[in-house]
Amino acid sequence: MIPLTWYLVLAAALFCIGLYGVLARRNAIGLLMGIELMLNAANINLLAFERYVAPNSLVGQAFVVFNITVAAAEAAVGLALIIAIYRSRDTVAVEDIDLLRG
Amino acid sequence: MSLTQIVFIILAGLALLGAVGMVALRNLVHTVLSMVLAFLAVAGVFVLLDAGFLAMVQILIYVGALAILILFAIMLTRDMMDRKAHVNAAQWPLALVVAAALFALLGVLLVGASWPTVTAAISGDQVVALGEALVGPYALPFEAASVLLLAALIGAIVIAREARA
Repeated sequence: MIPLTWYLVLAAALFCIGLYGVLARRNAIGLLMGIELMLNAANINLLAFERYVAPNSLVGQAFVVFNITVAAAEAAVGLALIIAIYRSRDTVAVEDIDLLRG
Repeated sequence: MSLTQIVFIILAGLALLGAVGMVALRNLVHTVLSMVLAFLAVAGVFVLLDAGFLAMVQILIYVGALAILILFAIMLTRDMMDRKAHVNAAQWPLALVVAAALFALLGVLLVGASWPTVTAAISGDQVVALGEALVGPYALPFEAASVLLLAALIGAIVIAREARA
């Protein structure tokens, strides 16, 4: 049996790599990919806790279904926004998209 | 060390490799391929957690749909990223420090914590049980999720559509 801690450490590592991607990338699409990785790490945590703390309760699996739904919606709207911004401003570099900067 | 532990270590290594490639590679198409590797490995981890249905959903949605969607977005916005341009923002060393510090903190906390784990075998068909749970106790969030998906679908079309003059 795999210890629960292994799953949690893997999820933490994936989350932190995704966080680095979100903070460090210049391209807005790379930023979205980092967010997807962080959501995936959360899914691993949900499933691991269900399997080890409350097996057969299906709480984790149901939440993962909703999490994947929200991730898909976020990706679709995010990519549409990026394409719209690219069309109007000819860039997807996040530091150039500063229309709302005071 | 048992066989499942070895499989887990291989899958975790592949997931981390894909994730690191995703944030470190310069070519955006290569980062998407690296992301696909990470998501496939995560699907394998789902199988180890006895969530076979979600592993298939993971492959269908992330590897199938999302990777293609992101590739299309990259192709539509391609010419802005020339090969000499920096792929990382100026604050990337600070981002590395923040991410590493968060991982160190989480690692210490997770390794030190003790969880009230129970070892029970999975009983019955998980897919049937999940399907019944989604129309039973989780019916309301399920409907909310479908409304959210519809709203996102319409919103994405409206936002990305070319404005007619």
